[in-house]
Amino acid sequence: MGKKKEKKEINEKVDVEAVEIEDDTWWWLTHKGIGATFLCISVFALLVRVAVSLHPYSGAGSPPKFGDYEAQRHWMEITLNLPVLEWYRNSTGNDLSYWGLDYPPLTAYQSYFHGLFLRFFDPDSVSLFTSRGYETYVGKLLMRWTVLSSDTLIFFPAIFYFAFVYHSSCHSSRKNDCAWHIAMLLLNPCLILIDHGHFQYNCISLGLTVAAIAAILSQRELLASCLFTLALSHKQMSVYYAPAFFSHLLGKCLRRKNPIHGVAKLGLTVLGTFTVVWWPYLHSTDALLGVLSRLAPFERGIYEDYVANFWCTSSVIIKWKRLFSVHSLKFISLTATVLTCLPSMVQQVMAPSSRGFLYGLLNSSFAFYLFSFQVHEKSILLPLLPASLLALEERRPFKWLMFYGLFSMFPLLCRDKLVLPYFALHALFMLLYHAPCGHGGRPRNARPNNTKFDYFDSFKTFMNGFIYLSSFILHIVYLTMHPPEKFPYLFEAIIMLICFYQFALLAFYTNVKQWSLLEHSTTEEEKKLI
Amino acid sequence: MESSSSTRQLLWFFAIAVCVKLLLIPAYHSTDFEVHRHWLALTHSLPLSNWYADETSPWTLDYPPFFACFERFLSIFAHYIDPQIVDLHNGLNYRANSAIYFLRISVILSDLWLLYGVYRLTKNADVKRRYLIWVLIVWSPALVMVDHLHFQYNGFLLGWLLLSISFLQEGKDLMGGFLFAVLLCFKHLFAVAAPVYFVYLLRHYCWKGLVRGFSRLSVLGAVVVAVFAAAYGPFLYHGQIQQVFNRMFPFGRGLCHAYWAPNFWVFYIILDKVFSFFLKKFGFSIQIPAASFTGGLVGDSSPFAVLPKISPSTTLIMVLLALSPCFIKAWTNPQPRMVARWIAYAYTCGFLFGWHVHEKASLHFVIPLAIVAVQSLEDAKHYFMLSIVSCYSLFPLLYEGQEYPIKVLLLLLHSILMWLGFSTKFTRASAPNTMVTAKKKGAQSKSIESSSPAAEKGGFTIGWVGKSYLLGLLLVEIWGQFLHPYLLGDKFPFVPLMLISTYCAFGIMYSWIWQLRWIISTT
Repeated sequence: MGKKKEKKEINEKVDVEAVEIEDDTWWWLTHKGIGATFLCISVFALLVRVAVSLHPYSGAGSPPKFGDYEAQRHWMEITLNLPVLEWYRNSTGNDLSYWGLDYPPLTAYQSYFHGLFLRFFDPDSVSLFTSRGYETYVGKLLMRWTVLSSDTLIFFPAIFYFAFVYHSSCHSSRKNDCAWHIAMLLLNPCLILIDHGHFQYNCISLGLTVAAIAAILSQRELLASCLFTLALSHKQMSVYYAPAFFSHLLGKCLRRKNPIHGVAKLGLTVLGTFTVVWWPYLHSTDALLGVLSRLAPFERGIYEDYVANFWCTSSVIIKWKRLFSVHSLKFISLTATVLTCLPSMVQQVMAPSSRGFLYGLLNSSFAFYLFSFQVHEKSILLPLLPASLLALEERRPFKWLMFYGLFSMFPLLCRDKLVLPYFALHALFMLLYHAPCGHGGRPRNARPNNTKFDYFDSFKTFMNGFIYLSSFILHIVYLTMHPPEKFPYLFEAIIMLICFYQFALLAFYTNVKQWSLLEHSTTEEEKKLI
Repeated sequence: MESSSSTRQLLWFFAIAVCVKLLLIPAYHSTDFEVHRHWLALTHSLPLSNWYADETSPWTLDYPPFFACFERFLSIFAHYIDPQIVDLHNGLNYRANSAIYFLRISVILSDLWLLYGVYRLTKNADVKRRYLIWVLIVWSPALVMVDHLHFQYNGFLLGWLLLSISFLQEGKDLMGGFLFAVLLCFKHLFAVAAPVYFVYLLRHYCWKGLVRGFSRLSVLGAVVVAVFAAAYGPFLYHGQIQQVFNRMFPFGRGLCHAYWAPNFWVFYIILDKVFSFFLKKFGFSIQIPAASFTGGLVGDSSPFAVLPKISPSTTLIMVLLALSPCFIKAWTNPQPRMVARWIAYAYTCGFLFGWHVHEKASLHFVIPLAIVAVQSLEDAKHYFMLSIVSCYSLFPLLYEGQEYPIKVLLLLLHSILMWLGFSTKFTRASAPNTMVTAKKKGAQSKSIESSSPAAEKGGFTIGWVGKSYLLGLLLVEIWGQFLHPYLLGDKFPFVPLMLISTYCAFGIMYSWIWQLRWIISTT
């Protein structure tokens, strides 16, 4: 008995000392190292995903077209029952006007494998023709599980890879920060809502992109280019990141002894990966062009619904669709996108750095979101990803972007009957963001410098508060009130205006931030030289 | 300042749980949902005198009066949300979103009472212990499964129990006794711990000389009688008291529930089966009773082929016998710090040997044991096993495919959190960590390192017996979920459930023996 007591006392003593050393709420979560922390958070993130997947998907019970859920199921049906060459071609077996496949081949392969899974358990759900609009308990469950498994197998390991590389490279980061960062990455409410609520497979292409980014941070450029090519072949939207990858890799190659050799190696890797993925469509130009034309649906117009980008917002004043032909609009939007990408690309070519690369990703995806052709509300996921990768450095802007990103998708999620998960995940994100002893109380150290700009600061907080408040009111108004009959989309338009304003501000800020990195690095280099 | 920040943190823990619970609203709920909805309607539309007499639905009111009043209170709001929820006839099997959201959210909000209980219990504990207890109780997977998926109000009821324990631990015996009496009038299944309360209060509160003791006894008695009078008085007045008791104690039910709770009787039934099997082989003519144990309601006929029939009074005697060491300890050495253990032990005995026990009753001792789980390494090891086993034994409650990943992930998350929490609590920082801090803090941490080897010896590890037992749990699950349907198809559908309850019964028996040993050995 005596021994036991002694042991207890020692334990307690040690505990008190431990508290002194690391006065943290999360000491117990992080002390076993990054692996255990990641495991714990990822199990929680999975639980949240499963819980969200209980809710309705897009187009549930709304014939004849249904929604994205039916599209994905239809692709499984098509890929499973037709030969490869007919997947993208209009034929008696494949009516392209009913959710024709419009993503690159990797999505088609993924649909094929998921189709196999569905056929094994529930053959009716993927039978040709007869399964249209197939909605059953088991069918929904199996479909949801395909997304869950893709998330677990691709997105989670990619995030682990990234967190491992990112946090082992900067030694100064505290373990707490690391746990917080992983939570921010894995519990991104927008991604969860779109993938597990609305129903899509963004986790695959975004996961491949994150893995590619992590590979670049760990100096494995060939692996990175291969992974990014895969991401591109899964969803053409990944092209939003292409300028950043391109400029960063180019900048790095130029600094080597033999730049051409480096570029050639990377180019060959990219081409090789493309060849493998696109192999079935490469033997004739017709087949290839057929697929490519499916991927770029220019006939759908420059914008759809109420997306918070430049074209849609400015169309309140300038009727782009009436003034210009589709062809010239294509050209205008391409020019605008390239022009907005250019500064960040130039920065990366001039001074490629890991941090700069992350900012570059954010800037180029912002440029595409704001100015490119045919952008969807869901595309805000693409700027959100690099923003969440940068969450530790850009805490406030990250929260800001998440808030308005979610807000911009609110009308979409309302249509999908995902209001409850929307608010629950929003709250969960805010709670995790302000985790006790996490980051809520930390900026105190940074305060004293800012006292000079008190006037400006208070104005800023006032503006922020005002916009937060008005968006909160808009949430309620949107849910409870009917818009006037003259303007049935009034609320959507207001939400779009607010969000566009915020996104544009943020894009400007991050561009400036990326360029200021350049000054930093040059001054640091100068210091080193001295 | 300190306490306000700790309240905020506790609320943070709670809010995280609320987010997950909100997400789980559309998930499966059992018939208990309709039971509680019907009780809302019943208490709302009928006068008090008819509450226990009504037979509109088979789900008659069978909880004590305070719970009925609680339902009456909720029904006021339900009436504003959607009058059909509280409509006695039109509301039967009403499953509109309004009803589901209202009832689910009422459970989530009633958990605030549990939160208050936890807050009161931990407000004086040191920081690390506090966080661990919060994780164990506020994020308890068993509570989520039973309350927020299956649908019940256990969190609210356990809140009363924890509050009562917190007062007892502070030495405020009268308040503790009062709260326990209130709890009994909410749910009488908690009465298993009443003998322990009685012995403890008699000795610790009343045994203070003749005059003072007697006056204290009469005060305590008056308080308890007042509570019970408040609960049952109105029914006594209306002449309904017999009806109330008939409803509350339906002894027509069998020894075991449809799904056997993992307790002692599982072994008894299996022993009976084995005996009858062998006796038959040796040529004896044995009448195998028709009533199978999987059927749920077992009538008067003895379900046993060979072994003697068990009656409710037998189970009562067995429970009291199992409790007797606890009585002796509580009498000879009544210490407030032991109260939580004794109460948990009493519920364990009730669970193991009681009549018609539900698997959900394991919550009654798993939750209070969380308070003591962080006190020593041995406690932590025991709690780790017990918590996993009891949570696993709840799996059959949620049998639909949609909830399968949820229950698995809940258990997995809980196990990881416990493992992380306990292993940090009971080991000094591992080697690489100390290296880093040593660099940072220099001389200060060197002194810690010199003291750490002693603590490191007692690290949080599960022995090979425990590990293989937990592995067996995994095998049982794989067999029941995948191999059994695949290999045997629809044959022997009861085997997976039987396996789960038998296997978990070993774990609970271990916990009982461990607790008993602890109670006997501590002075």
